[in-house]
Amino acid sequence: MAGSTYIPELAEGRATEAREAARHGLVVRATHWIFTLSFFGLVVSGFGIILAHPHFYWGETGGIGTKPLFSLPLPTMLGGPSGWGRYMHFQSAWIAVLAGLLYVVSGVLLRHFRDEFLPSKAELTWSSLCGSLLEHLRFTRPTQDESYNVLQRLSYLGVVFVLFPMTILSGFAMSPSITSVFPWTVEVFGGHQTARTVHFFLSDLLLLFLIAHVAMVILAGFGSRMRAMILGRAAAGKEPR
Amino acid sequence: MSNLVTRRKLITTGLAGAAGLAGLAVAERVADRYGLIPPDCGGIWGMGETLNYATQRVLMSYHSMAREFARSEISKVVPVSGRPPKTELYERLSNDSFKDWRLKVDGLVAHPASFSLDEIKSMPMRSQITHQACEEGWSFIAEWHGVPLSHVLNTVGVSNRARYVVVYALDDTWDSLDLPDAYHAQTFLTYGLNGDEISNDHGAPLRLRVARQLGYKSVKFLSRVSLVDSLKNVGNGKGSISPDFGYSWYAGI
Repeated sequence: MAGSTYIPELAEGRATEAREAARHGLVVRATHWIFTLSFFGLVVSGFGIILAHPHFYWGETGGIGTKPLFSLPLPTMLGGPSGWGRYMHFQSAWIAVLAGLLYVVSGVLLRHFRDEFLPSKAELTWSSLCGSLLEHLRFTRPTQDESYNVLQRLSYLGVVFVLFPMTILSGFAMSPSITSVFPWTVEVFGGHQTARTVHFFLSDLLLLFLIAHVAMVILAGFGSRMRAMILGRAAAGKEPR
Repeated sequence: MSNLVTRRKLITTGLAGAAGLAGLAVAERVADRYGLIPPDCGGIWGMGETLNYATQRVLMSYHSMAREFARSEISKVVPVSGRPPKTELYERLSNDSFKDWRLKVDGLVAHPASFSLDEIKSMPMRSQITHQACEEGWSFIAEWHGVPLSHVLNTVGVSNRARYVVVYALDDTWDSLDLPDAYHAQTFLTYGLNGDEISNDHGAPLRLRVARQLGYKSVKFLSRVSLVDSLKNVGNGKGSISPDFGYSWYAGI
C-alpha cells in the first residue's frame, strides 16, 4: 500500500482484498488491547484490596465476630494495597467498561457477534459439543476453514454477555450509594458479603478464561495470532485461508 | 496513500482534535460549576475518581435512602477500627463524661455556635439501622442514635455560598462532605450505638454517620464542623486526609 499514484479502482480492489484477509477489525483490535491493560489493572488492584481482609463471608455482614466461609492463605496487609488498590480498581474498571461497551456496541452493529460467535443450531447438539470437546482434549490442531469452533463461540459469548455483566453487577452490589438507589443490585445476591464473595469467584473465572485464552493462542500459533490482533491480518502463507 | 487523502485526513483529524479539546474544556467548566469535580481529582487516579463522583451525582438521586434493617439483623459484634486518641485532652474529657467537650460550628454560617453534648442530645433524636462496610471488606449492621446533621446546619443557618461541610476530630483527622450528603436524611451526628451511649472505641462523644458512603467517612471523635465554599485551602486541598493514604475523598463508590 505504498503506491504514490492514486487509482481508485486499484485502491478499492486492494481494500476488498485487505478486508477479506483481515481477521480483526480496528475497533476489535484497539478495544482488545485497551481492555487487556485495564483487566491487568483490575486483577492487580483486586488482589491488593483482598490483602486488606482475605476472608470471605456469606449473607449481609461479616468481620470480627463472624465465622468466615473461607480465608485465603495470605498475609493481612492494611494501608497501602487497599488504598491505591481502590483508586486503581475504579480507574481500570472505567476504562474496561468504556472499552467493553464500545466493543459490544460495534460488535452488535457490525453483526460481529451474530456472524462469528452465535453458534448454529446444528452446532448446539450434544454430539457436536462432545466432538468439539474431544478435539480440544486430544489437542487436535484446528483446521482453518471455520473461524471459531462451537466451544470457543460459547465461551466468548459467555464471557462477554454473562461473566462480565455479572462481575460488574456484583461490584455495584458492594457500593453503598448505588445500592441506595438500586437496592435490587445487592438483594439479588442475598447480601453485601455474598456479593463480595461472588465478585471474587467471578473474577477467578475470568482469570481462568484468560489463562485458557492465552494457552489457546500459543497452541494455535502465537506469532500469527498476535499479528492478527495487532495488525489485523494473519501472516500470509503461514495460515492457509 | 495519496497526498490528497493524507491532507484531507490531516484537516479532519485536526478539526476533530480541536473540537475535542474545546469540548473537554467546556465540560470541565460545567462540571465544576455543578459540583461534579471531586477535590482529589488530581494525580494519576483523578480520572477514575472524577468519573465515579460525577456519574453518581448526575445519574443518582440526592435523596436515595441507604437500606435499613430489622433489629433482629443487627450484628452481634461491632468491630473496632481505629482506637481513641491517646492525648491528655481526650483522656480528661472522657474521664469527665465529656461534660467539658463542645462541638464548634463555624465558617459560612449566620450564627456560629458551640454545643455541649447535652445540648446536642436535646435536639430531635433519630435512629437508623444501617449496614456499614469498611473499605477493607468487612461489614456490620448496627443501630445508630443521634441528630441529623441537617438539623444542626439549619439551626446555625448556612450561607448560600457554602458548598462543603468540613468535619474535624479530636484525633487530628478531618474530612468533608458535599451538601447533598451533608443534608441527607441518614447523615447523623451520633452519640448512641445499639441502644447505649457510644463507646470511646466507636467514636465518643460524637461520631458522624454517613450511611451512603464507606465506613471511613463516618468520622469519630468530632470536635468541629465548618462550612466552606472551597476545599482548596483546607489542609492538603484534597477534602480529607484520606487521599494522602490512598483512600478516595468520595467513598460512595
